[in-house]
Amino acid sequence: MAKDLPIKARTQDFSFYYGSKQALYNITIPMYEHRVTAFIGPSGCGKSTFLRSINRMNDLIDGTQHTGLMEIDGTNVYASDVDVTTLRRRVGMVFQKSTPFPKSIYENITYGLSLTGSKPKAELDEIVESSLRRAALWDEVKDRLHHSALGLSGGQQQRLCIARAVSINPDILLMDEPCSALDPISTGKVEELITELKDSYTIVLVTHNMQQAARVSDYTGFFLLGKLIEFDRTRTIFTSPAQKETEDYITGRFG
Amino acid sequence: MITFQGHLAPHKRIIGFFAVLVAAFAAVAIIGLLVSMLGTFTIGGLQHLTWSFLTEAPRNSNMEGGIFPAIIGTALLVLIMTILGVPVGTATAIYLNEYAKQSSVFARSVRFAVNTLAGVPSIVFGLFGVGFFVQFLGKGLDGAVYGDANAKVFGEESLLWCSATLAVLTLPVVIVAVEEALRAVPRELREASLALGATRWQTIRRVVLPNSLTGILTGSILAVGRGAGEVAAILFVGVAYSMGSDLGLTEKFMHLGYHLYVLATQSPDVEKALPLQYATTLVLLALTFLLNFTAIYIRSQLRRKT
Repeated sequence: MAKDLPIKARTQDFSFYYGSKQALYNITIPMYEHRVTAFIGPSGCGKSTFLRSINRMNDLIDGTQHTGLMEIDGTNVYASDVDVTTLRRRVGMVFQKSTPFPKSIYENITYGLSLTGSKPKAELDEIVESSLRRAALWDEVKDRLHHSALGLSGGQQQRLCIARAVSINPDILLMDEPCSALDPISTGKVEELITELKDSYTIVLVTHNMQQAARVSDYTGFFLLGKLIEFDRTRTIFTSPAQKETEDYITGRFG
Repeated sequence: MITFQGHLAPHKRIIGFFAVLVAAFAAVAIIGLLVSMLGTFTIGGLQHLTWSFLTEAPRNSNMEGGIFPAIIGTALLVLIMTILGVPVGTATAIYLNEYAKQSSVFARSVRFAVNTLAGVPSIVFGLFGVGFFVQFLGKGLDGAVYGDANAKVFGEESLLWCSATLAVLTLPVVIVAVEEALRAVPRELREASLALGATRWQTIRRVVLPNSLTGILTGSILAVGRGAGEVAAILFVGVAYSMGSDLGLTEKFMHLGYHLYVLATQSPDVEKALPLQYATTLVLLALTFLLNFTAIYIRSQLRRKT
């Protein structure tokens, strides 16, 4: 793994508040291009809050504030001239709970494309196929593209959400505990997928599952009570962590 | 061996038994009430419910002929009230639920206003209808359109102002019903849409509204159904004692509920009017039941589709 990978996104002294309650304390993290960066930590440690700050999903909550810098490609995503819808098109997101729209499989994939205007049918067909292929779902659903997405299994629904996220060709893919509601076989498929997708995207993954972070990520950050305790290459974090808290957590002494 | 014999004291068993008995009695009483109500009206009114009763205008101080103008008048009233009230109520509910900061002074004021409106007695809406719609808005319109505030076109009691008054009366019910329908759409669906770069409005139009349409429609119809039988609110705003079959938006009109009141209190012959009252009641009930069943039907149809 080359040392001088380009940094796709980074934060510098990023703090975040829900009203008067501080949720993140001076987080400084680089997220390298075409790499998987994983965040681990116990529930409520701020890792999801951090993830949702990257595409500004936290804007939806009343009374949130931040200080410090959150940058993608050298642009501050919280700058006043940033259009948040454009930002979110460049930073796709997959949620913990699979959230297919109660529409057909085909319409789920074309939803994001249709937001910016209509495209010819042939182009849409092509994008639907390529997105589903990238999410390793095409062979399973190609004969029922116009059936309701709600008829898919849980694992298929989550891969559909991944296909939907990549359909608008983002640069970064945020994944918020994407496997926590899936069985081990579906989890395996999604993990395989993450490894493949990093060739095309920069992936930021939040996970409860330390083995998952160890399996799929290149870099890992350990969060505790809103602070970033340690950030390093995944192998280093899991073999020779510098901080005692990190070691305690990954060896299962708490959390 | 495990046994499941209880150790409950006997008096607790007796209390439990009586609780079930009272609950069952209450449930049966509800059915009994409905059956006896419908039974009374059906037995008393059915022989008067003839084709000519349904299709003719009243004659001879309402003692002969039919109630056709009242049926049409009530139907039009409900229709116009729906057209005026439901879009405004839906828009308000969308604002409150999708856009407003829940803690903002403005949103809280709107909510306070909605709750207060819901508690205002309907006769007060009637006075408001005369004062605001007929006297203020109507005369103002006459002045603007005809150059004479006393032109007596809009500045008179009419079907239009009755509809507007009832639209205001049903507004809080519509808002609450629509808000409930909007709240039933999972937050995750909104987030999924926004995370794909949709604007708030795109999310509302393409995700929230399609997924709450059933609730919005049924809630609105039920709210409107409440307005359909309302009499007090339109008492001063344009209902007529007796009329022919021609109707106009700016004319007075006949209304089934008001017609019942007229038959009961202002008939020359009370004995003769009683079966007419029962028959009119049956028609009014049929109309409100029709609205309710439409709501149920739409709900089941839309459920099947998704």
